[in-house]
Amino acid sequence: MDLLRFITAGSVDDGKSTLIGRLLYDTKNILADQMEAIERASKTRNAGEIDLALLTDGLRSEREQGITIDVAYKYFQTPNRKFISIDAPGHIQYTRNMVTGASNADLAIILVDARHGVVEQTRRHSLIASMLGIPHVIVAVNKMDLVGNSEDAFLQIAKSYKELAEKLSIKDLTIIPVSALNGDNIVDRSESMTWYTGETLLSVLENVNVLKDQNQEDGRFAVQYVIRPQTDELHDYRGYAGRVQSGTFKKGDAIKVLPSERESKIAKIEFGGNEIQEASVLQSVTILLEDDIDISRGDTIVTVDNSPIVSQDIEALVCWMDDKKTLKPGNKYVLQHGTARSRCSIRDIEYQIDINSYEKLDEVEALKLNDVARIVLRTAQPIAYDPYQKNRANGAAILIDETSNVTVGACMIE
Amino acid sequence: MSISVNEASDIQREISERSAPDYLDQLEAEAIYIMREVAGQFERPALLFSGGKDSITLVHLAKKAFAPGKIPFPLVHVDTGHNFIEAIEYRDELAEQINAKLIVRYVEDTIKAKGLKEQTGKNASRNWLQTFTLLDTIEEFEFDACIGGARRDEEKARAKERIFSFRDEFGQWDPKRQRPELWNLFNGRIQKGENVRVFPISNWTELDVWAYLKREGIALPSIYFAHERELILRDGKLLNNTPVIEPDPEDQIVTRQVRFRTVGDMTCTAAVESAAATLDEVIAEITISRISERGETRIDDQQTEAAMEDRKKGGYF
Repeated sequence: MDLLRFITAGSVDDGKSTLIGRLLYDTKNILADQMEAIERASKTRNAGEIDLALLTDGLRSEREQGITIDVAYKYFQTPNRKFISIDAPGHIQYTRNMVTGASNADLAIILVDARHGVVEQTRRHSLIASMLGIPHVIVAVNKMDLVGNSEDAFLQIAKSYKELAEKLSIKDLTIIPVSALNGDNIVDRSESMTWYTGETLLSVLENVNVLKDQNQEDGRFAVQYVIRPQTDELHDYRGYAGRVQSGTFKKGDAIKVLPSERESKIAKIEFGGNEIQEASVLQSVTILLEDDIDISRGDTIVTVDNSPIVSQDIEALVCWMDDKKTLKPGNKYVLQHGTARSRCSIRDIEYQIDINSYEKLDEVEALKLNDVARIVLRTAQPIAYDPYQKNRANGAAILIDETSNVTVGACMIE
Repeated sequence: MSISVNEASDIQREISERSAPDYLDQLEAEAIYIMREVAGQFERPALLFSGGKDSITLVHLAKKAFAPGKIPFPLVHVDTGHNFIEAIEYRDELAEQINAKLIVRYVEDTIKAKGLKEQTGKNASRNWLQTFTLLDTIEEFEFDACIGGARRDEEKARAKERIFSFRDEFGQWDPKRQRPELWNLFNGRIQKGENVRVFPISNWTELDVWAYLKREGIALPSIYFAHERELILRDGKLLNNTPVIEPDPEDQIVTRQVRFRTVGDMTCTAAVESAAATLDEVIAEITISRISERGETRIDDQQTEAAMEDRKKGGYF
């Protein structure tokens, strides 16, 4: 059994939390005491109808306002898969939270209200999903009961969504008519929409192949830590601890260390102190090399015949996340890419992207909270990266404010 | 028929390409990655160890992360004096067995040194006072990162907390000013005096922890398995019969066959009636349980709707 991480995007009124509540409820993942707590809380807030949305809103201010402010994680499972549901707020003022949630998602559920169809925020959420390279997108056309479960209404929305999707890079798209409130096409097939013959939401969640989404070709291993026991028996032991970001590494593979460009061969791969023959994507292992070369945290080990780009000049899409200060050309930050950190300076804002209309805005002087733009930056040390759309793990970076130490930008290197 | 080494590895690769990775392997790899980020990013990290199953899991993960080397940080226990003796014994044995440095600081000492006022009456607990000892210990050793075993499935405020959870110089968590946590790029940069709480098993569920303990063959303190015990029956919950719990006229003393589903302070951890004496039996019981872990066993969370959120804002684990 494997693990799927998905994000749900939608606004306050689209019924996003209700949808998650419904998924948990219909897959029997809500426990008796949690249900009682929701029933108690529902009674004090509204007419007494059970509000499944209360399951996901964890902070006091969220419950008070009835909205999701921060990213929340929920865990559930079916006999076929384990799920981590990432619930992010949908309003434009929380774009950074959605970007945060989307960065780790394998799949996105984008909610559309059947009464309103594709609206501004649908466009925004779809752009974020596409920009963050989420391979699978489900558009859940919700509240079908409020449009008489009409097939025509659904087909209209599906058509206009597909037009929108053509402007983006969404690899795998499924559109499903649902009612989260009544549970139609969430876990069980709808009896009110017999015209729909496609999969239910849960069926898609259970069956998408996420293994194929991983980059299996480019061998990349960012060194996190050097293990040197320095005991009598292990006097000369030097193991490079890290996680395979993409590709595969095997004993005997010729490798190169970046940015130093030194070459060697893999003498041994270990996991938990035991030798293993190969390490594949996302495995945390320890690599030992045949030659004694200088390697430390921040270096990247790559397969010798397949190099990433090594450069100090980087172009990236950035989502700006600081609510106090703006990003301007000339500003300096710390760029964290893999395990490497380097000071960097912003050279240029090439253009900003209006995340609702997708228009490019030129001559932008500064980026405010939640703005998305293409920027040019120069790092103090060379960075070994791949373009984000080709390799999510080795194309992502964050910007850190040097004085407050807060994470202020999400970068997708182009 | 013999298969050459090359063919064998080809076959192996085909299998590994076809079969999805196991979720426990995925969770384990993520947790090890996080442990190594702590060792790589901080100068003085520590692992908060209680003798409970979650922190036992952390120690096992840390062993794997840094093998064949030693765990590069000490184990730190904030001892309330109200712990189960079985958990304390387990703690000492484990630390010795893996040759780890164990630092124990006592809530009792903090109470005396600082003249802290203890809760009194029914359900009085030192749970909140632990925070004072914890913050003093962090200051004493200048820890910049403390690894803890909290999971997001435990409680609704925890479901919102980052894996690298920034705390200010007073140890406070501010849910509204959390750092965005993108991809697996953890930002552990802090000023002197601030610290980060790190939760490597954030994404594990209670059942995942049990399944992992079983798969890895990890021993647990005996109180996790069914045994006969004398207990206080209070408000429908079974508490250990110990002098540290203030008696209440309504209390009944009973003997039951029980196990503990979580191991916290005796004053705020309830036992569950059970005949499950092995890991398999415990896992089977939890799988069909209709009540959540903290709901069944924790008295501290049930005082208000936001009990955990409020404690964390004050510097709690």
